[in-house]
Amino acid sequence: MTRQLQELGDHVAASLPQDVIATAVLQGELVVTVRREAVARVLGFLRDDPRCLFKLLADVCGVDYPDRAERFEIVYNLLSLKLNHRIRVKLAVDEEQAVPSVVSVYSAAGWYEREAWDLFGVYFSDHPDLRRLLTDYGFEGHPLRKDFPLTGYVEVRYDEDQKRVIYEPVRLTQEFRSFDFLSPWEGMNHVLPGDEKAKEEKP
Amino acid sequence: MTAASEAEARIKSFTMNFGPQHPAAHGVLRLVLEMDGEVVERADPHIGLLHRGTEKLIEYKTYLQAVPYFDRLDYVSPMGMEHSYALAVEKLLGIEPPARAKYLRVLYAEITRILNHLLNICAFGLDVGALTPFLWGFEEREKLMEFYERVCGARMHAAYFRPGGVHQDMPAGLGDDILAWCEDFPRVIDAIEELLTENRIFKQRTVDIGRIGIEDALDWGLTGPMLRASGVPWDLRKAQPYDAYESMDFDIPVGKNGDCWDRYLVRLEEMRQSLRIMKQAMAQMPGGAVKVDDRKVAPPPRGEMKSSMEALIHHFKLYTEGYHVPAGETYTATEAPKGELGVYLVSDGTNRPYRCKIRCPDFAFLQAIDFIGRGHMLADIVAIIGSMDIVFGSIDR
Repeated sequence: MTRQLQELGDHVAASLPQDVIATAVLQGELVVTVRREAVARVLGFLRDDPRCLFKLLADVCGVDYPDRAERFEIVYNLLSLKLNHRIRVKLAVDEEQAVPSVVSVYSAAGWYEREAWDLFGVYFSDHPDLRRLLTDYGFEGHPLRKDFPLTGYVEVRYDEDQKRVIYEPVRLTQEFRSFDFLSPWEGMNHVLPGDEKAKEEKP
Repeated sequence: MTAASEAEARIKSFTMNFGPQHPAAHGVLRLVLEMDGEVVERADPHIGLLHRGTEKLIEYKTYLQAVPYFDRLDYVSPMGMEHSYALAVEKLLGIEPPARAKYLRVLYAEITRILNHLLNICAFGLDVGALTPFLWGFEEREKLMEFYERVCGARMHAAYFRPGGVHQDMPAGLGDDILAWCEDFPRVIDAIEELLTENRIFKQRTVDIGRIGIEDALDWGLTGPMLRASGVPWDLRKAQPYDAYESMDFDIPVGKNGDCWDRYLVRLEEMRQSLRIMKQAMAQMPGGAVKVDDRKVAPPPRGEMKSSMEALIHHFKLYTEGYHVPAGETYTATEAPKGELGVYLVSDGTNRPYRCKIRCPDFAFLQAIDFIGRGHMLADIVAIIGSMDIVFGSIDR
């Protein structure tokens, strides 16, 4: 399976040498990193190429890495029913740049891109209808960014005097507590202290 | 022609607001419809009224604490949601649950499928004017939720499928009761079918309504019964089997026309297939442990904690710090009752998910309503929404 995916990745990279930056098979899943400007062309190729046929766009989502120069990663998960494969296409973008929309390739991308715009503030150029999707009407900010606080900035309540729902700054009766349980003990590390050299002793 | 009637003739399309508090909207759907008379020209769903920020919340919780959030996504098929998450975390951890846990998951995933389809079929019937199946369906749902309760203590918010297996083993006698129910349930399906399938009114409301072809269905990202009703025999349980589905013998029902009636028929048949799988899972279920024998992931048994210091420490560490998941990322999908439920999980090596994107099938369904519903009557929009099987817990997340 891994070899098959690797071959598929090589095929994609060989067919679009200018657009594909890297391919890798991680955890048995094929990941292709592409140039931002070329994403629509790459997805169009992946959809129509007889060795790919990724006809179904399962998901588009953003991931925020504030430490990187281009802080957002946009991830497209595709599925090929014909070959029974999945592929993940990734690109990097920052707050100022725009990602070309892939609505012309997959109609399903419309809402996924709206969601990424809403939650991360990544702009998609040529999107036919780029409005906010999940947040409230008139909402400000992009809540899934790592620098957006979990509690948000405003809260709503029904005001008896004004007879309507009003917005107020969030007031917490107790400060938000984010417990840091990280410890030097590694949860999943099975090497006991002092056992690090156990393997090296064999030969 | 007088000036007044001329103005009347010029005004053509008008906008209508459907929901967010409408019984046929299946939750808090606000649908802005541009209508030409009674014909829908454009449907613009406004979603997010139930947005609770699940994905953001999960980033602030340990891997185990994130499980209950999945129950609250698609609240008519809770365990179907947990399944993808449990598999995703297991993939990143590189662990595999014991055989009995796999069969228990399959058993309960199929119970969940029936739970979901029962609600959908019966509520769909209700939407187009048939009240009785709804009452019968809910009686059966209550029995199924009792099976939920007996295995995990909660009727709906189960938190039963956990990374590393399932929370606890079935209590004595539950298996026999499930089998007895399996014998009885086809009678209910037949009764529902008798009222709906060939019912003249039901057929008039559903046949040839909301048709979508194979190419379009794929283009709009439809999965599950929506895709199968269009004629694509695609089921992740067969195509990319997970847990114990590889050893299960079942058929994938497909439709021909991709209309509302076919979607109903596909779901109906899927319930019968689910019964088959449940019986097989019960018959083949091996004994043994129900969670991995790894104290770094699964908690020790209660009794052990009373006498073993180490067990107590493990328990404490697991429920405070949780376990660390090696850095990596995965997109893991299962065939949830509604369609492909994917979890894109990014781990940075700590005890909390760095990013957890939940790909819900009905999000894509609702997006396609503009395409499917265009040119239909207003009343057909209700039938289309009913046949899509949308639940706002999972669309809005």
